[in-house]
Amino acid sequence: MRLVLVGTSHHHAPIELRERVALDAEHATALAQQLGEAVCLSTCNRTELYVAAEDAEDAEARAVEVLAALEPQVEHALYRLHDQAAALHLFRVAAGLDSLVPGEGEILGQVRAAHETGTPGLLLDRVFRQALHAGRKVRAQTAIGESPASVASAAAALAEQVFGDLDGRTILLIGAGKISEQAARNLLTRRARIAFVANRTSANATELAERFGAKAIPLERIGEQLAEADVVVSSTSSPGYVLDAATVEQARRGRQLLFIDLAVPRDLDPAIHDLDGCYLYDIDDLEAIVSETLAGRRGEAVRAEAIVATEAEKFHEWQASLDVVPAIASLRAHAEEIREAELRKAEGLLGRLDDGERRAVESITAQIVNKLLHLPTVRMKQAAVSADGVIYAEAVRHLFGLGEDEH
Amino acid sequence: MAEFLFWPALLFYGEAAVGYLGDARRPGFAGNAATWGVRLGWLAQTALLGVQAAREDGFPWGTWAGSLNLFVWLVVGAYLIWGCRKPYRLLGLAVMPLAAALLIVSRAGGGTGVGHRSHYSNLFLVLHVGLVLVAFAGFTLAAALSALYLWQERRLKQRAATILRRPAPSLATLDRLAGRTVAVSVPALTLGIAVGIARLWSDGERIDALVVATLVTWVVWAAYLVLRATGLNGRRSAYVALVGFVLVVVVRLALPAVHFS
Repeated sequence: MRLVLVGTSHHHAPIELRERVALDAEHATALAQQLGEAVCLSTCNRTELYVAAEDAEDAEARAVEVLAALEPQVEHALYRLHDQAAALHLFRVAAGLDSLVPGEGEILGQVRAAHETGTPGLLLDRVFRQALHAGRKVRAQTAIGESPASVASAAAALAEQVFGDLDGRTILLIGAGKISEQAARNLLTRRARIAFVANRTSANATELAERFGAKAIPLERIGEQLAEADVVVSSTSSPGYVLDAATVEQARRGRQLLFIDLAVPRDLDPAIHDLDGCYLYDIDDLEAIVSETLAGRRGEAVRAEAIVATEAEKFHEWQASLDVVPAIASLRAHAEEIREAELRKAEGLLGRLDDGERRAVESITAQIVNKLLHLPTVRMKQAAVSADGVIYAEAVRHLFGLGEDEH
Repeated sequence: MAEFLFWPALLFYGEAAVGYLGDARRPGFAGNAATWGVRLGWLAQTALLGVQAAREDGFPWGTWAGSLNLFVWLVVGAYLIWGCRKPYRLLGLAVMPLAAALLIVSRAGGGTGVGHRSHYSNLFLVLHVGLVLVAFAGFTLAAALSALYLWQERRLKQRAATILRRPAPSLATLDRLAGRTVAVSVPALTLGIAVGIARLWSDGERIDALVVATLVTWVVWAAYLVLRATGLNGRRSAYVALVGFVLVVVVRLALPAVHFS
């Protein structure tokens, strides 16, 4: 049985092309069923078909045909991998090593979902389970996914550095633009509460506040709400500061506060950072943090690559053993038949033995068979790994006449 | 037997100290190995203390060196409660070298062997020495947490680009843990001192320099709790904790000869 991968990703195709072959779960399942034993992995960065078949060339052609039917132009942006190379690719994908941001964690869930909605047989089930194992192992044994990879997630991680669990912590948003919203969503995923949205245009503030279940306030009333806030995220297009250090000192009543200033020009007076218990990070600070953490992720990726390579090697050994396992099973069954037949022939002689002696004879004959077959079994498995498995299996079948009775 | 158990305890504590150092440079395997070093070392030291107690049929840590042995066990035990989690590995870098060094000092003073039973009753020793040591172990951890708080706070103020690379406890967690540890330790110290002073009075003995220093230590840590109750936490309470720890060091190391002689 061969493993075939045909697909495209952000490395090979622009978004305009990828979006035409992107599939939702329902269509991905239908596509997999169309190909027999197959799994379709479709995310915003990739669409990949994993197919298990006896004839790799035929399976590859069918997979290409199916994807080209979605978008003919994609054919030139497809990669085609077989067996160990395909497995290694899947393991790298599951570990986040093939992602736009190295080590991103969402892909592992997407691989799991693809496995569950596909139509895997023995081979695909094994390779996907091992991919999930490799992904989890990489996350457990390296720090590749521990640090934030975007300005918004860095802001949320900083809030956790100051306050720990953000559950119930209060956020004050200044500005109702996309950047503020993105940062707010990141904080929301960590169970923080968006309590206030302040904006110069009250309609925009009200709209965003309603979306988050928050209260809209005018910009002039920011100071009044500081006593209740833990994190202030600001991103307005104001030409000057919307909040100065004196207002903060007066309003916060000794509370610790984290200020995230995502605006250019800056919204928040840099002197706020000098106040005891106040921490102010602007866009440059956050970008420096993200750049540093991405460098750290790339460093960890080297260790992660070694882990997935080992897993791919294990898969290769397992897949190779599939070529010789039927021959080994036939050989052992054949030997066992001979042993039992010879014991039956000697029934007259063995009849005089008591139960203990009879068991000893059966044990000895079984051991002889096992010892004789041990080395050939080991050698066949070794040969399978070095790609000679089929030749060895055929030789064993020929030498021992395995399967000839059936003919 | 007691001598035999000292070595694995020291070996594992030493391994943990080296492991945490390695983890600080490159997080991962070294940190896991260090965590196991703490666990196994603490188990070995527990066995050591068990053998000492069985041999003496009582409380054999009434001497200065013996109490140091028990002190190390308490500090590592308290650290074990939450210190094995990843973000607290940095704290292990402060705790485990100290534990290994103090264990060596304890052995040099004969605190890890047998045959040092005090003439005081077991009940008195458990209440007085035991409670004071529990409190001091708590203060040591609170000081370590406070030091970590100040370090982390400084990095936040410096806006270090590397701030998110290493998992570290949040400021709020460090502050809360230090406060809770001291809140448990101060009553223990209060009771330990009260038992000691009651004994002094009943024996008609006079208050010595160590008792005075211990009372000053109590005042500082009680003030720490009062300050926190009035809302003065964070950086300021962390500084008070460090001052309190200096007094703990003075009481533990500089003046014992006066008290135990």
